[in-house]
Amino acid sequence: MQLVLEKRAERSTFIALASPLLAIVLTLVTISILLLALGKNPLAALYVYFIEPLTDPYTLMEIAVKASPLVMIAIGLSLCYLANVWNIGAEGQFIMGAVTGSYLAVVTNGSDVGHWLVIVMLIMGALGGALWALIPAICRVRFGANEILTSLMLVYVADLIMDYLVRGPWRDPKGMNFPTTASFDPSATVPVILDGGRLHAGVIVTLAVVVIAAVMLGRTIKGFEIRVVGAAPRAARFAGFKSDRLVIFTFLISGALAGLAGIIEVAGPVGVLQPGISPGYGFTAIIVAFLGRLNPLGILIAGLFLALTFIGGEGAQISMKIPLDLTKVFQGVLLFYVLACDSLILYRIRLIGSQPKTA
Amino acid sequence: MSDQGSASHSARAPLLQAIGITKRYGSFLANDDVSIDLFPGEIHALLGENGAGKSTLVKTMYGLIQPSAGELRWLGEKIELAGPADARARGIAMVFQHFSLFDNLTVAENVALGLDGSESFAAMSARLAQVSRDYGLPLDPKREVWRLSVGERQRIEIVRALMQNPKLLILDEPTAVLTPQEADQLFSVLERLRSEGRALLYISHKLDEVKRLCDTATILRGGRKVATCNPRAETAASMARMMVGADIGEVKATTARAVTVPRLLIRDLSMEPDDPHGTYLRNVAVEVFGGEILGIAGVAGNGQDELFAALSGERLCPHEDNVIIDGHAAGHLSVTQRRKLGAAFVPEERLGHGTAPRMKLSENALLTGHAASRMVKHGFVDRPATLKAVDATTATFDVRKAKRDPEAASLSGGNLQKFIVGREILREPGVLVVSQPTWGVDAGAAAVIRQALLDLSGRGTAVLVISQDLDELIEISDRIAVMFHGSLSEPIAAAKATREKLGLLMGGASPESAKEVSHAVGA
Repeated sequence: MQLVLEKRAERSTFIALASPLLAIVLTLVTISILLLALGKNPLAALYVYFIEPLTDPYTLMEIAVKASPLVMIAIGLSLCYLANVWNIGAEGQFIMGAVTGSYLAVVTNGSDVGHWLVIVMLIMGALGGALWALIPAICRVRFGANEILTSLMLVYVADLIMDYLVRGPWRDPKGMNFPTTASFDPSATVPVILDGGRLHAGVIVTLAVVVIAAVMLGRTIKGFEIRVVGAAPRAARFAGFKSDRLVIFTFLISGALAGLAGIIEVAGPVGVLQPGISPGYGFTAIIVAFLGRLNPLGILIAGLFLALTFIGGEGAQISMKIPLDLTKVFQGVLLFYVLACDSLILYRIRLIGSQPKTA
Repeated sequence: MSDQGSASHSARAPLLQAIGITKRYGSFLANDDVSIDLFPGEIHALLGENGAGKSTLVKTMYGLIQPSAGELRWLGEKIELAGPADARARGIAMVFQHFSLFDNLTVAENVALGLDGSESFAAMSARLAQVSRDYGLPLDPKREVWRLSVGERQRIEIVRALMQNPKLLILDEPTAVLTPQEADQLFSVLERLRSEGRALLYISHKLDEVKRLCDTATILRGGRKVATCNPRAETAASMARMMVGADIGEVKATTARAVTVPRLLIRDLSMEPDDPHGTYLRNVAVEVFGGEILGIAGVAGNGQDELFAALSGERLCPHEDNVIIDGHAAGHLSVTQRRKLGAAFVPEERLGHGTAPRMKLSENALLTGHAASRMVKHGFVDRPATLKAVDATTATFDVRKAKRDPEAASLSGGNLQKFIVGREILREPGVLVVSQPTWGVDAGAAAVIRQALLDLSGRGTAVLVISQDLDELIEISDRIAVMFHGSLSEPIAAAKATREKLGLLMGGASPESAKEVSHAVGA
């Protein structure tokens, strides 16, 4: 007997929906084995991970707060990936968005300039992320440089720029030499929309982005262009779509969204610019994008699920002394299974009787 | 040479027998209980339309495919072929339709890569020269492959096969890429191989060739064997009926077509290729009038792809008046702008170029329709309009599909081609450029497409057809020009064009030797 992958005549819609669920099940099995190896009760641990956070209004709000940047970044990334543009550097664009947006908060600190300030900060953040993303886009279009490498390397550059600023020129004079800016003024802060938690107005912006992206991808000629360039580049050229322009476009949009997520995070839940503002949102968003099938609604669901693993991971660390690194293992294993299960959309597995082989 | 090669089967034992070969892919039977006997000293034709199962059968004989059921017998003894190396070791050689050659290596290096490497390179080169001389297949072992014509490349494959001294030689549509004269040379080589007592299996769908060359013919249809016959005792029409399972309708031009002004002009177009092994276009110039079909013949790789890209706007021309569409200089215009001028294009490659294979037909209608067909309003796609375009194409051109709006890749070649051609024709273009309109399409669909092109030109459109199928061009064109090494010959009236004359031009003869400068358009 042997296992063969056989091409399907048409992509299977059922598998396209079931594949992420199957990936989640396989991930849970794998993680259970790891937990057993650590000497923990897998059922108890999985309860702490996935059920307990859903039982408390505060942690529910926290899930939304965590999911918001993940979803916003992943929407931008999905546009890139659909067009076969491999932006891996959303983490850097997130940081540069936070940095450029924070500039206004830092220079106006202490002088109450009014609530329009935070709006301008958000715009600047989006611009900063977009410009940072433009670098790998131009490198690819102009010089043919591989955007996977350039966008990834720029993450570390962005990280060091922020590090320099918060340790040097932007450091809070009253901060006892900690590498952080002064706390943002209320006028430079994204307002909280519900009492008793950190749920902020940025969540509404994220929801709006999801709706706009869904309409654009499904209903407009631009969305069609993005999908064709990725799915069949030669047919796209025949259709009259220019792939170079689309590389720039998708990088700009995804950079802007990552930058916007960055400044919302800094001006919202965090409140200051400091190292460690992102627990790897830009990288986790890659998982969110694929887990959500590069589809805006799917990404919203996937983002909430990944946020649950963050919150649950913290809970498990506190109550069961499970290392937080297991959360990262969890996310990595999940991405692996998602990509593996995706092959089932175009292929089916068949068991066939072995051929008698006498060579 | 001798015509009595097939004297008496009963006296001789078959070299290779395939008995009850069945190959199953999922629920699809590529071969269904096919049996065939190949005798030494005989050229056996394997006939069938695209998708009839010819390739599957020969790949089974060459060890590339393991049959789901059935067996092979070699000199009466049951064998199992583990792979092509196994087949070669027994004396089975194959020349594929698509060459497996490295462009940047020399002839000798390419041949060495295909052999087992038991002799020195110098000895192998000497033997290569010897074999190519013996069989009248001249080759310079030191030449790089990319400098060679398609016919010469095929010679490499044949010589490589002959160097293994095969008992059975399988040839997959060897004349598809040759000029008629080159094909004649090939036939004399094959006749010589037959007289040496080798068995040959000759895959083709060109019936006149088969009648002329082959001793026996096995005809496949839909994966099953229809008949084994003596092609000399059959007529081309009777074999065609067996291949298709029905009579093929003849296409006819609408009477008295009005030929009007030139609607597509190509003026002194010279362009370098963007692929280093591509073909330079050299001073290509021709006018296509409204109401006529202009055919462009030529062996593949003589600049047809480059010409298509320059006409469609996938590559921009050096000067804006290199291409003029309905009076507008279009050389610098994009694909979309050219479509807005009323031009339409059908590329050679159906999947991946003419359509996005994994997208629905309605989205593939939008692919070329977004420019000028009112499928987009304020940036938003009018989905009902794209579906309506699919329905209209389906109804007009009899596109068979499993559901209303399936993915392009799920359609058969003929149906997808009808969709792609129909999609453009329904836009009623003023200028239509089509490349290989019926390549790899079953005879029924081919007739529908050719008729549609004739009807379109009858309504006043200028139609330019690039094709390697001379019969097709002679059937539907008013005038035919030939591409050779990136230059285009003066067009000649199709009524006066013979295969011989076109063949000479395709082989690079000067236009004077086939001098038929024609001013008459239409007939």
